[in-house]
Amino acid sequence: MKKLLNDKTFKNNMITYGSIIIAYAVIQLLMALGLVSSLFQGLLVPLCVYAILAVSLNLVVGILGELSLGHAGFMCVGAFSGAFFSKCLAATSMPTALRFTIAILIGAAVAGLFGFLIGIPVLRLKGDYLAIVTLAFGEIIKNIINCLYIGFDESGFHFSMENTLALNLSDTGTVVIKGAQGITGTPTDSNFTVGVILLMLTLFIVLNLINSRDGRAIMAIRDNTIAAESIGINITKYKLMAFTISAALAGVAGVLYGHNLSSLTATPKNFGYNMSIMILVFVVLGGIGHIRGSIIAAIILTLLPEMLRGLQDYRMLIYAVVLIVMMLFNWAPACIAWREKLAAKYKLKFPTKKSAVKEAE
Amino acid sequence: MKKFSRFLSVILAAAMIVSMVGCGSTEEKGSADTFRLGGIGPVTGGAAIYGQAVKNATQLAVDEINAAGGVNGYKLELNFQDDEHDPEKALNAYNVIKDWGAKILLGCVTSTPSIAVSEKTKEDNMLQLTPSGTAADCTKYDNAFRVCFSDPNQGKESAKYIGENGLATKVAVIYDSSDVYSSGIFEAFAKEAENYSFEIVSAEAFTAESKTDFSVQLQKAKDAAADMVFLPIYYQESSLILTQAANMGYAPKWFSCDGMDGILGGVENFDTSLAEGVMLLSPFASNSTDELTQKFVANYKEKFGDIPNQFAADAYDGVYAIKAAIEKTGVTPDMSTSDICNKLKVALTEISIDGVTAKGLTWDANGEPSKAPMVLMIENGEYTIL
Repeated sequence: MKKLLNDKTFKNNMITYGSIIIAYAVIQLLMALGLVSSLFQGLLVPLCVYAILAVSLNLVVGILGELSLGHAGFMCVGAFSGAFFSKCLAATSMPTALRFTIAILIGAAVAGLFGFLIGIPVLRLKGDYLAIVTLAFGEIIKNIINCLYIGFDESGFHFSMENTLALNLSDTGTVVIKGAQGITGTPTDSNFTVGVILLMLTLFIVLNLINSRDGRAIMAIRDNTIAAESIGINITKYKLMAFTISAALAGVAGVLYGHNLSSLTATPKNFGYNMSIMILVFVVLGGIGHIRGSIIAAIILTLLPEMLRGLQDYRMLIYAVVLIVMMLFNWAPACIAWREKLAAKYKLKFPTKKSAVKEAE
Repeated sequence: MKKFSRFLSVILAAAMIVSMVGCGSTEEKGSADTFRLGGIGPVTGGAAIYGQAVKNATQLAVDEINAAGGVNGYKLELNFQDDEHDPEKALNAYNVIKDWGAKILLGCVTSTPSIAVSEKTKEDNMLQLTPSGTAADCTKYDNAFRVCFSDPNQGKESAKYIGENGLATKVAVIYDSSDVYSSGIFEAFAKEAENYSFEIVSAEAFTAESKTDFSVQLQKAKDAAADMVFLPIYYQESSLILTQAANMGYAPKWFSCDGMDGILGGVENFDTSLAEGVMLLSPFASNSTDELTQKFVANYKEKFGDIPNQFAADAYDGVYAIKAAIEKTGVTPDMSTSDICNKLKVALTEISIDGVTAKGLTWDANGEPSKAPMVLMIENGEYTIL
């Protein structure tokens, strides 16, 4: 146990898990006391969604070291497959918990499968090329879903790429996916508790993967592909592993997103490249490879535009300015130097035990 | 460095808790002498022109009502929140106006956000009157009403008008398959067209990503010898289609829906003479000789500097409908949201108002307005009622 406690990664991971549990407990307590505004309550599920997305993308960008711009595409696949399942079974007497669990598993599986299939050709590319192909993938997925019509009646599922009339449904049939109108009437099963559980699971999977033998192999590929290959690491296998897991987790986030709103459409706004870039911004702002950082960045950047609502028409303008300032503050070399200087001053004024010991030595 | 970031994260966490608690407790829930009205629509992003129009017109109506002494002596107060045409952001906007103390919702402007929000207004039992949410599902709950025509309704009426007046024998359709409004109208149009003698010879779709070049769709329509092209789309794309058709020497009859409103004066560098003869189904004509409309257009122009479109007109009527319903039931601002909703949703089906989009506007219990569709034709750069 003592050995575990002295282990730096273990301690670090525990801080991550612990802060989420504490945040969850505090929010639950405040909600029970009726102190939380409806705005904030409404934001809790999206916060979990974006945190999961940021963590999962960090696996590809930070740990595998490949730039993927198609993360929203995997989220989209997960959201639609999960919502499709739930919508089909919404009328049956299946218990909500079971239905939602299966929907999450389906979303993860389908997104993971897509990640795997896309990964096979795509991961042969590197750097910019990979980024461009994944970007294209995200756009293709969105466009395909926008012209997809699926409905069912007593004779089974009907499928069309044209319009609802081409489905030839009988009078009792229901259209589930209605092209650009997407899926409406998905049961809103998502809630904060489920979101936090899924976020914890995501963290558990990602953090354990990073600290495992496989994770070290993945990081070796990131640091030097040729060196990794020379010691017998199967590059394709580990790249695919990271990419597929990341896609599956994005799918889980998608299912959570899809069940938070009753209407699910694939617009450029929610599943387009803007969203992929947004997720990438979470990862970059939080620090590439820093899992906890991505969660914090996702939370701050999701809350920020809502907190700025008081500014009315200037809201999006100020949001952009704040984003630039935050990026500079966090990552500009001059800012880092300035922060270090400040921190040193702060240390001098209030010498902690550790630094005092160091000085005595 | 590490210490500093830890210090920073503690401060951030503290700030967040303070801000979220702050929102919950300090905002007052509305005073006893004003009705708090919430509005939601896209004020930024791609659909901003619609949201802005609704925001302006709503504000105009609220100001007018307040200047005239309010509703039953109570003033109206408006809080209009941005939803960026995104259902997720719309829910946030809804929560903001709820925290602010709104008891009646005029929104959302666009369909998908409106459907998402209706799920929550149903839960809270808040009256929701969408000025321009056209999709059928926008009013699926009994607390949700709309001012505009629904998509199916517009498609049906268009087919009926073309069929009954024998305007065409071969019709081509160009629609936006990635847009809920456009594909909704098209589907209803295609279904209704089966009942009439004209034939749909080509139905070509485009998407939001490819809406600048329509030569393929137009060529197909021309090859199929269509004598009329039906455009259930917004006026920006329509202006391009009209220009490109003129360039290729194709001159069919044009028929469109309320999205075409704005083609005169709404598009920069567009030769409006190309729009001559275009027919459109619209509830509102800004140059109508009707006294109420003239007053509305003049006031709007004075205050915001441009001519109101049909979104603005729908929103303007929406506020007056709420006023009429409040006057009829005598609800007071100190009543709960749910009580107000229960009374107003009955009252809305009983009132009849003379608005700028229709005379004698009434609602049925499904939330659909009953108004006669008006077919306008563009003649000499003006809308004329057919």
